[in-house]
Amino acid sequence: MEKETIYEGLVRRGVSRRDFLKFCATTAAVLGLSSSYVPKIAEAMEKKEKPVVVWLHFQDCTGCSESVLRATKPTIGQIVLDVVSLEYHETIMAAAGHQAEKSLHDAIHKYKGKYLVVVEGAIPTKDGGLYCCIGGRSALDILKEVAKDAAAIIAIGTCATYGGIPAAKPNPTGAVGVRDIIKDKPVINLPGCPLNVENFTATVVYFLTFGKLPKTDNLGRPLFAHGILIHDNCERRGHFDTGEFAKSWGDKEHRLGWCLYELGCKGPFAYHNCPTIRWNDGTSWPVMAGHPCVACSEPKFWDDYAPFYFADSGSRDSFFAKATKIGLGAIAVAGLTKRENK
Amino acid sequence: MARLVIDPVTRIEGHLRCEAVVSNGKVKDAYSSCTMWRGIEVIMKGRDPREAWVFVQRLCGVCTTVHAIASVRAVEDALKIKVPRNADLIRNLIMGNQCVQDHVIHFYHLHALDWVDVVSALKADPAKTSELAKSISSWPNNSVTYFKAVQDKLKAFVERGQLGIFSNGYWGHPAYKLPPEANLLAVAHYLEALDWQKEVIKMMAILGAKNPHPQTFLVGGMAIPIDPESQNAINAGTIAALNKYADMGIEFVEKVYIPDLLAVASFYKDWTKYGGNSNFLACGEYPEANGKLWLPAGVIKNKNLKEVYPVDHKKIMEYITRSYYTYSKGEKAGLHPWDGETTPNYTGPKPPYEYLNVDGKYSWGKAPRYEELPMEVGPLARVLVAYASGHKEIKEVTDMVMKKLGIGADALFSTLGRTAARGIITLVTAYKIKDFINELATNIKNGDLKIANTEKWDPKTWPAEAKGMGWHDAPRGALSHYIVIKNKKIENYQMVVPSTWNLSPRDHKGVRGPVEEALVGTPVADSKQPLELLRTIHSFDPCMACGMHIVEVREE
Ligand code: SF4
Ligand code: SF4
Repeated sequence: MEKETIYEGLVRRGVSRRDFLKFCATTAAVLGLSSSYVPKIAEAMEKKEKPVVVWLHFQDCTGCSESVLRATKPTIGQIVLDVVSLEYHETIMAAAGHQAEKSLHDAIHKYKGKYLVVVEGAIPTKDGGLYCCIGGRSALDILKEVAKDAAAIIAIGTCATYGGIPAAKPNPTGAVGVRDIIKDKPVINLPGCPLNVENFTATVVYFLTFGKLPKTDNLGRPLFAHGILIHDNCERRGHFDTGEFAKSWGDKEHRLGWCLYELGCKGPFAYHNCPTIRWNDGTSWPVMAGHPCVACSEPKFWDDYAPFYFADSGSRDSFFAKATKIGLGAIAVAGLTKRENK
Repeated sequence: MARLVIDPVTRIEGHLRCEAVVSNGKVKDAYSSCTMWRGIEVIMKGRDPREAWVFVQRLCGVCTTVHAIASVRAVEDALKIKVPRNADLIRNLIMGNQCVQDHVIHFYHLHALDWVDVVSALKADPAKTSELAKSISSWPNNSVTYFKAVQDKLKAFVERGQLGIFSNGYWGHPAYKLPPEANLLAVAHYLEALDWQKEVIKMMAILGAKNPHPQTFLVGGMAIPIDPESQNAINAGTIAALNKYADMGIEFVEKVYIPDLLAVASFYKDWTKYGGNSNFLACGEYPEANGKLWLPAGVIKNKNLKEVYPVDHKKIMEYITRSYYTYSKGEKAGLHPWDGETTPNYTGPKPPYEYLNVDGKYSWGKAPRYEELPMEVGPLARVLVAYASGHKEIKEVTDMVMKKLGIGADALFSTLGRTAARGIITLVTAYKIKDFINELATNIKNGDLKIANTEKWDPKTWPAEAKGMGWHDAPRGALSHYIVIKNKKIENYQMVVPSTWNLSPRDHKGVRGPVEEALVGTPVADSKQPLELLRTIHSFDPCMACGMHIVEVREE
């Protein structure tokens, strides 16, 4: 039997034409595309077969998968049953052990050159990679084998993109991101700890619509999600500009929603679309809930952006000195120093 | 005798391998092994204790929040910080919401396919499914048309040949006992639960900024402000939203999860004979206004429900005789986490490998023991301890479940008992969340807006040295974090987590860990399709990223 298209799948699951077009429009918005692209996206969804996806878990916490499970537009049920054909995903697949291995093996042979690989978690390279084994094989071996005949690779979360928490100092297992190992395939980085599912969906849809991966910055991140500083889109920016800062947890300024910069906010250094798309179907994001941003979309944020809190101006100054030294967000630092001197 | 290997064990968090020796259709012996290690504790050394929670929360994204909570509690214990009641309430709501959502996901998405044959649902008569649904619950999605539609969707999916996540399941296995009608009902609810979980978790997203990995915890309290006169703080609108998600939780658990659990369980009563353990530990949870814990802490030994022993963390020792580590005091030594050591010492086979060397070291997990005994932790431990302590809500619901299934308390020591206990705990917690919301609303009404105790926020106020520990009875069981602070930095950070207890390998005396023990005696109809083993393994809800982080940092 003919394989169905994404649109057919969605219709079969009871999605109306109207909701389908809404989904295309939301995705266009996340992608930063004008509404004139909506028909193009819709057309691709109507014509293209569901892409086959193989999902690999390495040194991860499954937080990125959980984040994808929270998808609302479309829902996860629609994503795994209709938008893509998920052939291998350890957390939710029915098969186990040899049967699971068979699913992986079948998928990469049957869809050779056509399947998408999603990688979640870092890859340990120390001691021959023995710190992460699945089915008796190292993550390193599995990644190389599965990547070989992939159409493209989507690295999700800060672990798979830049090594993330296992790579935090002293990186006991020699953990690295996908791009450190796979050099001959298109790899897109969707960092965040976890990644935001809306950026995942948008990337998949972009790939289906335009047949290639979206444009990226020099860290391999799509510009639609990582092109603008959090600080430049933050709803509290007005308070920053007028020098209105929360100074202590639960003080009047904190309650009123003033800028969190003096409590340690790293929004001025982080390129991420949290303020515009937020999390969990637009419910909230850290600054909105009263806690500073920790720059989880940035490589090595566990080391380079610590301390996450500033106890006093001393710790803040030493952070800026470090930031300047290692060349983080140079423009941001300059801007902040200027405002400090006002 | 056949040596059976399941690797990867799927539908769990993380990387687990299981080897079993099967003879005459029964498991003779079993070995559980963690096959991934990140070394998070090594990474913690020298960092700011106030940030520890952000790091350790990343041990696990499935049971997200739990390590953050244990971590802030450990630091608060070390620095002697008492958090305001509102902070405890917000934490209780986050923990409760996590428990309800996580257990429902476990039942439908990680465990159900061990009992439910998806392909058999195709043969169901939707009219009979509708009858069945109506007979067990007033949940509104119960019409013939509804089930017919679900079945048609499933049919189309199967006919297209792209089975995706359902491919290569053990469909048609003789150990599947549900009639097609019940299978169809379960498949429909599998899909409904997928839609529900992303909504109900918005309670955590409101209070925690996002899920997974909420970001409003704080040593000393919570970072989300309260102010009924502000639109940037918890206000009346927030309380209304919290109530909405609390009700959504209660409704689904009452009308879908519990009726399904009972219906499925009634076909699998023989599973009260397999998968049991003897010793249980619960650390208690949900601080109340009176300073007590709503769910009690306690230890049960030898299945004796007549006596509940108090819990003392000093009685916990970890052994590495069969784990990939060495101790300076020798292979047989047991160390309390505060004095723990970790020197990785991988002696296992070089990948790729076929079998582990189960006569030697075979896991990255250590073997924690309480008074030298392996302890099962998790929903069953929590229910048994509360039941034996005479906890009112737990007793009521447990008695109701036992009555409906026609089983006695003895039957709880089993795979089915464990799966039922998870439902029991979910139901009582879903109700309890309403009390916490009401108390928070009353505090706000009375003008109590305090969310954090900031007296010790500045590290200058800290002693030169301090040590502390934090308990949290997480969805998967008793969790404890241990911290030593020196010169305002983390000197030593350690965690004994639920899956380390449950999935532990053998100890210095060769005694099996709880999952290994539970597997012995399990029937295996077809050793190529070890469905029965998965039932027991999944009933523990293993979470391996948590279980195998274990490495302690110690200054030489
Ligand atoms: S990026 Fe964060 S959420 Fe994703 S796997 Fe890594 S630690 Fe978990
Ligand atoms: S410093 Fe943080 S809170 Fe303040 S405006 Fe920038 S991003 Fe927003």
